[in-house]
Amino acid sequence: MRKTFTAIAATLLASSVLVSAAQAETLRWARTSDALTLDPHSQNQGVTHTFNHHIYETLLDRDLEGNLRERLATDWYVKEGDDTVWVFELREGVTFHGGEEFTAEDVVFSIERAKSENSNMRQLHADVESVTAVDDYTVEFQMAGPSPLYPNNVTNTFIMDMGWSEENDLQSVQDFGAGEENFAVRNTNGTGPYVLTERDPDVRSVLTAYQDWWGEASDVTEIVYTPIADNATRVAALLSGEVDLVQDVPVQDIDRLSGTDGVKVETGPENRTIYFGYRMDDEPLTSSDVTDENPFANPLVREAMELAIDREAIRQVVMRGQSIPTCVNMPPFVNGWTEELDACPAVDLDAARALMEEAGYGDGFTVTLDTPNDRYVNDEAISQAVVGMLGQIGIDVTLASRPVAQHSPLILNNQTDFYLLGWGVPTFDSAYIFNDLVHTKTDDYGTYNIGLYSNPEVDEMIQSLGTMTDLEARDQVIADIWEQVQEDRVFLTVHVQELAYAMRDDMTLAVHPENQPSMVDVTYE
Amino acid sequence: MLAFILKRLAQSVLVMLVVALISFTMFRYVGDPVASLVSQEASIADQEQLRERLGLNDPIVEQFFRFVGNALQGQFGISYRLQQPVSELILSRLPATIELAFASATIALTLGIILGVFTALKPQSPVSGGVMAFSLVGVSLPTFLIGIALIYIFAVELQWLPSFGRGDVVDLGWWNTGLLSESGLRSIILPAITLSLFQMTLIMRLVRAEMLEVLRADYIKFARARGLTDRAVNFGHALKNTLVPVITITGLQLGSVIAFAIITETVFQWPGVGSLFINSVAVVDVPVMAAYLMFIALVFVVINLIVDILYYLVDPRLRVGGARGGH
Repeated sequence: MRKTFTAIAATLLASSVLVSAAQAETLRWARTSDALTLDPHSQNQGVTHTFNHHIYETLLDRDLEGNLRERLATDWYVKEGDDTVWVFELREGVTFHGGEEFTAEDVVFSIERAKSENSNMRQLHADVESVTAVDDYTVEFQMAGPSPLYPNNVTNTFIMDMGWSEENDLQSVQDFGAGEENFAVRNTNGTGPYVLTERDPDVRSVLTAYQDWWGEASDVTEIVYTPIADNATRVAALLSGEVDLVQDVPVQDIDRLSGTDGVKVETGPENRTIYFGYRMDDEPLTSSDVTDENPFANPLVREAMELAIDREAIRQVVMRGQSIPTCVNMPPFVNGWTEELDACPAVDLDAARALMEEAGYGDGFTVTLDTPNDRYVNDEAISQAVVGMLGQIGIDVTLASRPVAQHSPLILNNQTDFYLLGWGVPTFDSAYIFNDLVHTKTDDYGTYNIGLYSNPEVDEMIQSLGTMTDLEARDQVIADIWEQVQEDRVFLTVHVQELAYAMRDDMTLAVHPENQPSMVDVTYE
Repeated sequence: MLAFILKRLAQSVLVMLVVALISFTMFRYVGDPVASLVSQEASIADQEQLRERLGLNDPIVEQFFRFVGNALQGQFGISYRLQQPVSELILSRLPATIELAFASATIALTLGIILGVFTALKPQSPVSGGVMAFSLVGVSLPTFLIGIALIYIFAVELQWLPSFGRGDVVDLGWWNTGLLSESGLRSIILPAITLSLFQMTLIMRLVRAEMLEVLRADYIKFARARGLTDRAVNFGHALKNTLVPVITITGLQLGSVIAFAIITETVFQWPGVGSLFINSVAVVDVPVMAAYLMFIALVFVVINLIVDILYYLVDPRLRVGGARGGH
């Protein structure tokens, strides 16, 4: 009886799928957390951007390989005769959800808003001195100097309508200190493929297809977006058919989900590396029994650690196969990546012990490792595994595991000797890594240079990258910097993290390297 | 009577202030809100500037008095995470939590009393043994495990009930309810059972113990001697006399059901104040955390106040006890 019933249900389901394949589909989409705000320039955070990309649009965005792609801009180039000016030609015939026409003045307004004081996007546009509309569909960005890679910085800066924004006093971005709510936090008017029709933060948001969108209409005509914080519940919701797509799939559930009828899992690398860093200056470590010098300052110790970490074991045991081991702190999408840099030396504990002996730490030393436990995929388990591996060469590591809210202050205030961190590269260029992680820590550079690595020659090369226009010469400088960084073993890199999306098996959505999938791309069988 | 209430009220205000102070001191150790507010690209100067604007560099005492001052005017600020007024956020989430708390209290009370009476009257029955053993499971299994187990049985395997959320909600203007729609009613079943299980076993064991005690009392023996029916003895006399402590416990437990629904709300993605609080803790959203803790303190203070006043009304000994002293 039960079987007959299931068969009938399956037939009904199949027939409804057939009928609706080319037509309207409602997509029920679940992930861990909700967009923090709908204000396009208030938060520079992945979950928020991913949601807002459905409502608002950017000048450029990225395809599945991470290449720049036209969106509201149809062409972009350095102005002839002046290498400090970027020209963007805009798409014609685009309208906002409110019916307003999209023109150059909207771009000028939006970039200025993104550059304003309370905006969290302003760092990305710090080199923009002014934006001017040449005509209705051409905009010129005057840069502080030659900025060959600036277009990489506009992929998450959304364009708002000037008229609508001025009407609602949106010239400035939400100021937390003032204690007032900005109109744009809950109201939207974008040019994107979907219009917001319902919004209950943390609970449920509904988006419906925008009929006058300039792009090709998607099979998905309605999106119901539900944040489900608990891993088990999120997976259960997919298994019970209450949602169609789960974006954040816990690695331990991937095998089970792949083996379940009616469900499939898509995986792919994320644009993010997971690495360990250590303090490399000459001051003794605060958490070590070696109190007269810093063992990590000794290159032999760093080499020994590199040889002791079994990345393949971490991939198989901790990550259940969902990672790509690497020895360079850069995902493969990034400009500057080469196979030689990526390659890891074979694990060799004997050689590692010999190096420790040679460095004068034959009896080992103690140190505390600070790790987040709720930020990256299995972050705490990775650290635990490394504690065991380093124990084999005499480094006695105490693990201090904290939620990211408490881990971040330690990182930003340099209160750690040895730590785990993940790093994404939204510009897809090595300079982004160098600026924040490698350059000597100053007000403008090296914000996350927690190891206090400092090499004036490297600093000089890093600063020169910002204004070099000869891309070939620039790539050579990038290669030179990486060579020095690898030689000095500034990072103990573990792997590139993989992402997994689980979905109904009659639909397809590929993993996006920035974890910013667009539901426009969903196709049905 | 008035003096008694005033005295209690003064104590309540003091309790609220202490809760506020303790929670404020604690916020220093839960993390740095600025770290979760700014993006990866923000420079150190930008972070320092934001910290200054939020007033996080001021002495903790100053931050505390500013908070109390604003709270007295009903202003709890803007959530760092969701960028909306905190009072509005909490009020919009409150109906979900309260409906869940009352649904689970109803289940706990009804089943708890019925099973408690049954196990007391028929202590030898194998059913009683079974119920008692089951109640051990109820007190000892953690809530999230029960919740996940229920989800897997009823949502994933049998597909009878939804696994998350609150279903369709009807907006009444000042209140939004899930109890008026079919999907809303179906949605509340699993979380309400999960949340009620602990309270239910507690009430059941309490009723059973009290009932066994009362059944041995002289007046029950007299009642039986007078030839009253079992029904009149058991329910008219015995049960009535067991209910006083049960009502007290239920009242006090209602406070903790509201306050500690956090885990159940998280497991079932129930959009109540508990899940709001958990989401806020993860990113150190101080305005929401402070307001939530104050709200929970208020709930407990009000319930205790009501219970105290009820005692005063119900139990004459309390009224004269204070005046005469030394009994």
